Amino acid sequence: MRWTLAAVLLAFSTLAAANDVGEIKVAKGDAYLERGKERLAVKVGMPVQQSDKVVTGADGTVGITFSDNSLLSIGPGSTLAIDRYVFDSTTHAGQFDSTLSKGTLAVISGKMVKQSPDAMRVHTPSAIMGVRGTEFIVKVDR
Amino acid sequence: MGAVAVIAAIGLAVFLLRPSAPKETVVVLPSADGHIGTVVVQRGDTKQVLDKPYAASRSDEDKVEQLSAAEVAETFGSTLQALPARPTNFTVYFITGTDELTPESKAELQDILAALKERPLPDVQVIGHTDTVGELLGNDRLSAQRAETVKGFLVEIGIPAGRITTAGRGEREPLIRTPDETDEPRNRRVEINVR
Repeated sequence: MRWTLAAVLLAFSTLAAANDVGEIKVAKGDAYLERGKERLAVKVGMPVQQSDKVVTGADGTVGITFSDNSLLSIGPGSTLAIDRYVFDSTTHAGQFDSTLSKGTLAVISGKMVKQSPDAMRVHTPSAIMGVRGTEFIVKVDR
Repeated sequence: MGAVAVIAAIGLAVFLLRPSAPKETVVVLPSADGHIGTVVVQRGDTKQVLDKPYAASRSDEDKVEQLSAAEVAETFGSTLQALPARPTNFTVYFITGTDELTPESKAELQDILAALKERPLPDVQVIGHTDTVGELLGNDRLSAQRAETVKGFLVEIGIPAGRITTAGRGEREPLIRTPDETDEPRNRRVEINVR
């Protein structure tokens, strides 16, 4: 079941890969975006896409605004993957999955969570966070 | 004797460097408007619900812990500082039948522009509206013209035109619902959504 779902999601993510889902609004210190095999230095104004991975060095921080007005930021020494992001600006339906594998993350949920409380999930190595319209922070110490 | 010390040292190093599961912490914050939402933390079969300000779930604790604002600021200060400016919106109002701002909105405009100027690379959505006086199509045009006028102000202060989208909704989305042919100042407006 899980793998079927994963396969479907993968098919979706391939289709939607060309879409920009958010934008880098804050970029300080050492930080880059992994997009497929590319590694792009993070700059303010750079679009963020589904399947991107954002990585910060020891002095890096990055802030991203998404199309549904979700706001995310990561602190130094962090790795955050945007696993899945879908948002319908007409109905506000959507799904947002991200994974913090290390470091720190701050989240302010956006329009899709207002529309549907289960729309946003944050994954860590040991947990899954379901978000009901709120602001929260996550830390993964390796 | 020396060999024993070396073996003990190696043993200690192996012990200290053993791989351990990552330690994880999740903390709910009060939002800017004071509203507290909920985060449900699912870890294996256990579920913790965080619904109080600074309530924290830790991967090595069974109970929900209560942190202080100071503890959160110390650990997460630089991360929280990197959060982008919150999306916000402004509304300006117009003199009937024109794309000219009311005197009140004209007076407010400088403050709005100053707030917009503070944002690095803002995305702006400008949506024009009319009241129900006049023809539907004429109002579509008027609302689009109002939006374009506001876009002009934004371009003047240096916001790149490519980052501003405009739309005219005519009399289709009144703030205050009225019968047709009703003069309603609150409906003659442009909404500026910025993020």
